[in-house]
Amino acid sequence: MRDARLRLRVWRTARPGRRAAAFAEVVVAVDRSADSVLDVIERAWADVDPTLVFRHACHHASCGTCAVRVNGRERLPCVTNLSEVWDGRSRLTIEPLRNVPVVADLAVDPGPQLARLAELRFPYVRTVEADVRCAIRPVPDDDVGAAERFEDCLECLACVSACPVASGSPEYLGPAVLAAAQRIVEEPRDDDVGHVLDLVDTDHGVWQCRSILACSAVCPSGVDPGGRIMDLRRRLLSRTPASAGAGA
Amino acid sequence: MGPLRGTPTALVIGAGSTGAATAHDLALRGVAVTLVERGEMASGTTGRNHGLLHSGARYAVKDPESAAECIAERDILARIATEVLELNGGVFIAVDEAGLAYREPFREACARAGIPARELSSAEARDLEPALSDRVLAAYEVPDGVFDPLHLCLAFLATATANGASTSSYAEVEDLIVRGNAVEGAIVRDRRTGDRQRIEADVVVNATGPWAGEIAALAGVDVPVVPTAGVMVAVAGRSVDRVINRLDRPSDGDIVLPQRQTVVIGTSSWSVEDPDRIAIPPEHVSLMFERGGELVPSVRGRAPRGVFAAARPLIGRPGEASAGRELSRTFECFDHAADGIDGFVTISGGKTTTARAMAEATADVVCGKLGVTNPCRTRDVPLRSYRDYFDA
Repeated sequence: MRDARLRLRVWRTARPGRRAAAFAEVVVAVDRSADSVLDVIERAWADVDPTLVFRHACHHASCGTCAVRVNGRERLPCVTNLSEVWDGRSRLTIEPLRNVPVVADLAVDPGPQLARLAELRFPYVRTVEADVRCAIRPVPDDDVGAAERFEDCLECLACVSACPVASGSPEYLGPAVLAAAQRIVEEPRDDDVGHVLDLVDTDHGVWQCRSILACSAVCPSGVDPGGRIMDLRRRLLSRTPASAGAGA
Repeated sequence: MGPLRGTPTALVIGAGSTGAATAHDLALRGVAVTLVERGEMASGTTGRNHGLLHSGARYAVKDPESAAECIAERDILARIATEVLELNGGVFIAVDEAGLAYREPFREACARAGIPARELSSAEARDLEPALSDRVLAAYEVPDGVFDPLHLCLAFLATATANGASTSSYAEVEDLIVRGNAVEGAIVRDRRTGDRQRIEADVVVNATGPWAGEIAALAGVDVPVVPTAGVMVAVAGRSVDRVINRLDRPSDGDIVLPQRQTVVIGTSSWSVEDPDRIAIPPEHVSLMFERGGELVPSVRGRAPRGVFAAARPLIGRPGEASAGRELSRTFECFDHAADGIDGFVTISGGKTTTARAMAEATADVVCGKLGVTNPCRTRDVPLRSYRDYFDA
């Protein structure tokens, strides 16, 4: 039941010839116990302002597309219950992610980060711990693997937004890409692990990380990019000189 | 590079799975395609669907046409869209007498539809999926799977754009351009700038799912679409790796499937007036836990991680079947020439599993109007990575 009114403070980018970028306040009727923050954003669009631009698709932390900052912290609004972030009186501030290009309002362009993941050839499916091969209609291309599930990383880029290093240095590969690199090394599909290690063994790779671990703190999917960056450092430090650069 | 003079043009409205697959099909046939989506790609019904790649077994008994479509399309997607699928299979389990009685009709109907269904003992079923109820009375394994709806759409769109299609999000159709008895394009408003643009096209495809009635009304035609909502509840913890189905006729809360680190229980069915404003009945949420818990008991008592609903675009007339379950899950392509309007096609019904087939049927109608004779190639062309979409 909608039992309260929430003042949403939403970041709006400039509209050509109309207004400058600024926060706008939108009042939305909410159900304090049942609504997610994404429900509230969607209602602000449907009931109050049809020009609001935001990204969303799955509404249950599977697609990773809706990530924003809620009261300054990176979150997936689809799985953030209003009661976790709102005291029932204050305004709730919603802003786009940092360190990624903003398309408009709350929507960011994941393109540059996804291009880096594509360059790594980061697989979207991984093997699962148990053997769950479908016995009655095997996967047509057996290379796909015995059993599979989507990676834990949602590619939501919350980690990139929270990273203080990424904010000062656009060349930094960043926590999402480095965590993906670690997954490739951890579960190699071919002999190409060497080139991934070479790629991250640079000034703008794992050595630029300052171990602040904001990435791991905000990850909505338990990926722990910070821990994976440390793991890559250990692997690089234990690489023998003969193997270093072999995949380049 | 713009289209060559004389290249036939199509405007597709809507970037759910149907619109995305239609843009892909038309682009492969050499049509200059423009696609507009009022929100983000897959932000409507498709994005919020269960993500069940249907083997067709669910529909085998009551809706054999849908079942046959599903198994054919399941096999095609397994070839062309491997990146965004989990092909771990599914299990149907009987947990009560009604389920036991459903065994024979289920087995026969699956055989008729060409859906492989292997009988498992209760012990085998629980060996495959240890989280299953200890009251499994009968079980079958079928080739169900799981897809990621957004990324499946983006894979279709990435391939379409690589073949020359132009796609825009946040581009909302305000009106159709109607001249005489023909639809010749649309007036589209960019939500980011407020600017309006006229997009002219030889054919306009209405692929807006439960919103199809609103768009068709802009051309003065009526399409028989009943927006029929269903609630889904995501629960933290990946308890199963396969799709768990209740062996019985389709009903509420009879599917539990894995999505990332959750399981998603679904769904219910009720018709709604406005697909933009679906109020989720709290009793549907508790019903999902109750019914899902009969299949996978460990979901009971866990906090929901996400609760969501989307409206399916079922074909029918309001009031014809209030519960929606009686409406077929197959699809229909409406050529509005039958309503006296040229250049305008609506595709509706169906499901994401059969989006490619829906697109093929739609593109056949569109190409017939355009005089394009290139055959459909979407059965064989592998889709590009969804990540390529954002490069475009």
